[in-house]
Amino acid sequence: MVTNISNTNHIGLTKNDYKGLPSSLCQGCGHNSISNQIISACYELGLVPEEILKFSGIGCSSKSPAYFLNRSFGFNSLHGRMAPLVTGAIFADTGLKALGISGDGDTASIGMSGFKHMMRRNTPMVYIVENNGVYGLTKGQFSATAEVGLNLKHQGTNPYMPVDVCMEAIISNATFVARSFAGDAKQVKELIKAALNHNGVAILDIISPCVTFNNQVNAFHSYTWGKDHEAPLHEISFVPILDEIILEDDFLPGTVTEVCLHDGNMIVLKKLEKDYDPTDRWQALHMLEESQQNNWLVTGLIYIECDRPSLTELHNLPATPLNRLTEKDLRPSPETLDQINANML
Amino acid sequence: MPEQRKNINDFSITIATVNGSGSQTANTTLLRALFKMGIPVSGKNLFPSNIQGLPTWYTIRVSKEGYTARRDEHEIVICMNQASFIKDLAGVLPGGAFFYADNISYPVNRTDISVYKMPIKELIKTADVSPALRDYIANMIYVGVLAYILGIEIEKIQSALEFHFKGKPKPIESNIKMVKAAAEWAATNLNKSDPYWVEPMDKTKGLIMADGNTAAALGAIYGGVQFAAWYPITPASSLAESLNEYLPKLRKNAEGKHTYAVVQAEDELSAIGMAVGAGWAGLRSMTSTSGPGLSLMTEYAGLAYFAEVPIVVWDVQRIGPSTGLPTRTSQGDLTFTYFMGHGDTQHVILLPGSVNECFEFGGTALDLAEHLQTPIFVLSDLDLGMNQWMTDAFKYPDKPLDRGKVLWEADLENGHKDWQRYRDVDGDGIPYRTVAGNRHPKAGYFSRGTGHDEKAVYSEDPDVWVTNMDRLRLKYNTARSIVPKPILDASENSNIGIITFGSNEPAVYEARSILKQDGLSSDYLRIRALPFTDEVADFVHTHERVYIVETNHDGQMNQLITIEMPDQALKFRSICLDNGLSLSARWVHDRIQGMEAN
Repeated sequence: MVTNISNTNHIGLTKNDYKGLPSSLCQGCGHNSISNQIISACYELGLVPEEILKFSGIGCSSKSPAYFLNRSFGFNSLHGRMAPLVTGAIFADTGLKALGISGDGDTASIGMSGFKHMMRRNTPMVYIVENNGVYGLTKGQFSATAEVGLNLKHQGTNPYMPVDVCMEAIISNATFVARSFAGDAKQVKELIKAALNHNGVAILDIISPCVTFNNQVNAFHSYTWGKDHEAPLHEISFVPILDEIILEDDFLPGTVTEVCLHDGNMIVLKKLEKDYDPTDRWQALHMLEESQQNNWLVTGLIYIECDRPSLTELHNLPATPLNRLTEKDLRPSPETLDQINANML
Repeated sequence: MPEQRKNINDFSITIATVNGSGSQTANTTLLRALFKMGIPVSGKNLFPSNIQGLPTWYTIRVSKEGYTARRDEHEIVICMNQASFIKDLAGVLPGGAFFYADNISYPVNRTDISVYKMPIKELIKTADVSPALRDYIANMIYVGVLAYILGIEIEKIQSALEFHFKGKPKPIESNIKMVKAAAEWAATNLNKSDPYWVEPMDKTKGLIMADGNTAAALGAIYGGVQFAAWYPITPASSLAESLNEYLPKLRKNAEGKHTYAVVQAEDELSAIGMAVGAGWAGLRSMTSTSGPGLSLMTEYAGLAYFAEVPIVVWDVQRIGPSTGLPTRTSQGDLTFTYFMGHGDTQHVILLPGSVNECFEFGGTALDLAEHLQTPIFVLSDLDLGMNQWMTDAFKYPDKPLDRGKVLWEADLENGHKDWQRYRDVDGDGIPYRTVAGNRHPKAGYFSRGTGHDEKAVYSEDPDVWVTNMDRLRLKYNTARSIVPKPILDASENSNIGIITFGSNEPAVYEARSILKQDGLSSDYLRIRALPFTDEVADFVHTHERVYIVETNHDGQMNQLITIEMPDQALKFRSICLDNGLSLSARWVHDRIQGMEAN
């Protein structure tokens, strides 16, 4: 593989062009490492920062869009209400990519309805759930993804069953569903790259430990648990259309699955222990059920469907972005109004 | 019954039917037929929150003087519903006329009115429709009987049916046949004993007949709306449905592509969220709802106000609190909307007073939203939004779209090199903005509901917070000078002033003419927007007593005007009623006359 030794990507930008403000989150917070992988993924893909829109709700996770892609437009919105905001914004210019950061409280509690309906519509966006099982910014209350029996210092024991974000996504007809672990930087980055090239909604449920409130050795959302228990479904690589030929030597035939994204880019999945077909919805649900039963942290691309049209594709929009149309395009002629008046006599 | 003077074109007809029985076709056909005869008419549908089975009433007022307000009295009552029969019969004015279906078995015990029994069962057998449609077409029998008794022209009924069925020959044919059969039966079998007649006039020239929700949607379309999100709620649903009806016809480009998008949301939280996203990204964006939905929109409205995102929110008001009377009208959302949001929030509100103004404000609201970079609320109501009204024909906008201070790539290179999102360059409190999709490397900025400085950077600095809030207040004052001015009639030079807004206009207009007959002249001001423009203060200052007439329980406009000019508070006399019905002129007159007498 050819290594790029210059400090710029193929559109001539440096990594600095993708950075944000210094993070104000805790040292060691999983969210910071996800921000870094977003920066790396966008840099390596050579995306134009002005063509990415950043969104978030409210919470620790939702602060993080300030810490990457400084040149991009961003909107830190309301608690649990990121999904509808993106749904409206993406109609303005379909040449833009939307990247949203949410948390487990923001998504699986207050924002559950909007989250599910966004998936049902196949709103074209990357939706990352930085999932740590607690409300960090309000100092450590249980979230809806906390495992039953979790003990927290000031909260006692969680008596309720958790929400599985990936399972909710699949049954809501999301077209790209993945789970990862903030401690697995390479996988996070490859999944973000693949998600940014998916035509439709891409859900990334990333276990992202809260070092301050929920990082006990035996907690499901901790670094230790993640490192000891992460079970990748496959080794995932995102292969841009330009690099395809070079990579063929890397994998032996029969050990890889290629998933073609809509624009010719590929996701290459290298087989690990078992065969796993991420285009099989039933298998995906079965795998998640099994993981839940056994308390496994299974990561990777869980489900993908490439052919379903995205929300904006269903609206028969012109090639010119809607937000660049002028009065000539937007105001019907006087004759049409005369006709309407005549019809109302 | 004593001999009565002939009454031509000056009475009210109330039609009592069962909800869901298809009577709307018959009622609006009658209304439009009278309109087509050149007679001023107004129609009001009083319907229950129910799909089928509960009593419903439709009132048509025929007024040669052109009055369109609801009346409390009705001279003619048509009863098709056994459940409401006793009340309907009792409600006919002495000397009036009562028509009823022969399948109702109650006795008629009044001798001071004309009574006409209609052989529905027998006549319906002659209809050439399938048995499933018979109940619907039965309503055409009262149309036909009434046409004979009052003298409504059958060809006008025919053209009203053509309008209703959009020219489809089959239903037009079967309905008009029923009307004619009923009219012929009436001619042969009934002796007219009542004094009511209609005669053609020429008082509807230049007017159209439409409802406010359709007008609002059309206004938005001609005002260049690009994005709408909504969630179904009575009485606002038909506004968004009208967008869905007209946009595909009016807003396809040469390649057949849509220059707009409409999304039905999962709830009002999301409906406004989508609208805010679209408005932020540079689309002319709107949502429409009613009171309960407005409650859910509050948090996003506060964010849009503070992050300065242009959106338009139509609130077609119904009576509350809570579910209230979901199919009855009110103006009860005024103070809630004015201050909607926590913290120090104050919104710009438009108050259309006619169907034509719903059209006009459909575009004006989008202009103001983009000009001021803030949510604009338009408060219509069920009476205006859902009933058919005579109104001036819709006028093509005479001003170009106002897109506000939006900077594109070239602007950032020329003249706006040191642009900052929240900096007040022009001294009007309105900053310049860029929108998503602007590819200039310096175009991007970060929007948020948290404290921010002029560069849109997060800040908890106390001075930065106060400075920003002061600028928002300055912007609100800028709005004062550009929102629609009130409608003023001070020609009487009276010391009595009457202030009202929205759909109260017809009742107040008529009440003023009755007051004048009593010897009480009055001046008039109809407020069309908040914040209050200078004309409101001028009007208050130049009158000794100011009556503020509104359709809500607590006199909310009175409250807001009192806050605006507390030193004038002793002048204000609140005339308010919120019982689910639009105000009648008689009630407004009686209240003002009573207060003047004391």
